[in-house]
Amino acid sequence: MSKLGIITKGLIKENPTFVLVLGMCPTLATTTSAINGLEMGLATMFVLILSNIVISAIAPVVPDKVHIPVYIVVIATFVTILQLLMQAYVPDVYATLGLFIPLIVVNCIVLGRAEAFAGKNSVGDSALDGIGIGLGFTLSLTVIGMVREILGSGAIFGWKFLPGDGMLAFVMAPGAFIVLGYLMVLFNKLAKK
Amino acid sequence: MAAKSNLVNMTVCLTAVCLVCAALLGVVYAMTYQPIQDASLKALNASISLVLPASEQEVSISEAQTAELGGKSYEYFCQLSSEGSVTAYAVKSVTIGFGGPLTVMVGVLPDGTVVATRVLSHSETPGLGAKCETDTHFLGQFEGLAPDVPVKLAKDGGSLDAITASTITSRAYTLAVSNAVELVKSLGGSEDE
Repeated sequence: MSKLGIITKGLIKENPTFVLVLGMCPTLATTTSAINGLEMGLATMFVLILSNIVISAIAPVVPDKVHIPVYIVVIATFVTILQLLMQAYVPDVYATLGLFIPLIVVNCIVLGRAEAFAGKNSVGDSALDGIGIGLGFTLSLTVIGMVREILGSGAIFGWKFLPGDGMLAFVMAPGAFIVLGYLMVLFNKLAKK
Repeated sequence: MAAKSNLVNMTVCLTAVCLVCAALLGVVYAMTYQPIQDASLKALNASISLVLPASEQEVSISEAQTAELGGKSYEYFCQLSSEGSVTAYAVKSVTIGFGGPLTVMVGVLPDGTVVATRVLSHSETPGLGAKCETDTHFLGQFEGLAPDVPVKLAKDGGSLDAITASTITSRAYTLAVSNAVELVKSLGGSEDE
């Protein structure tokens, strides 16, 4: 597979949200606005790239029976580093995403990529895979966040174009499922062409 | 691919990975400790000055002090005039919101009038309860609230409007303000430096 192909497959053919349907918890929970979705996507991408690199480097020497605990320790370490860095340097973003940053540890995209890709491929390819899947995740979350923000708050990236509250259901959990469902249909319809 | 597992290499591998990760986390923790302290101190100072009344005279802010009321301990700061009398209090008030502790800085005049309020930290739902940081209508209601008005939501027999779709957060916030007012009333005018 070409190097560029590894990146683009994360965006479309193996889009983590709309095609693989992984990591649904942060997808549904943090996409209340476009900016929240974007920040969550970028945070996940950071962990994904670094954990992919390290895991692909150590995978050949990790005994088979303990590879899951080892991967999880690596992932948890990077998530904690991310959490500390965010608290120190972007406290505002950290305050918004709060709980969902530590929860990246249990995001199945990260462990899923470690298992499905990083454990079997070279360090370089794994880094590209992290970038591709990370971008796919970030884009999906941003789009879901945008749709929910437009419908639910009458705003886009925090810029309000409609007075009042909008359709509040879209900011809440049911709206997350509805928007995700319709976007998934639309995405798969377009991707098939 | 992955090495064959036996007791020795599994133990060695897990131990080594955990040691490296722990060391790495220790380094990052040490590196970010000071910036995190600075960031939260900066947020604290900013919030203190925001909730206290602006004054033409020279004022100073006291060191943190603690007081107890109703079995809860509060940290508070006094704004002192140049003569040394207390012109206002900034009380750090913690209640339990929807997602966890909700910490609010409340500026109160010695007679119990609320000056202004500001969220220090919260774990509320992004897009819903998290609006307690930005909802100007909700927050504006507390500004200049007279001491004889009950600090309660309209739903609970008071006069304050809740944040739409976030009653629990609004209740917690209102309780935090109400507690702070009670604390200042209990301190009375007797507190002097």
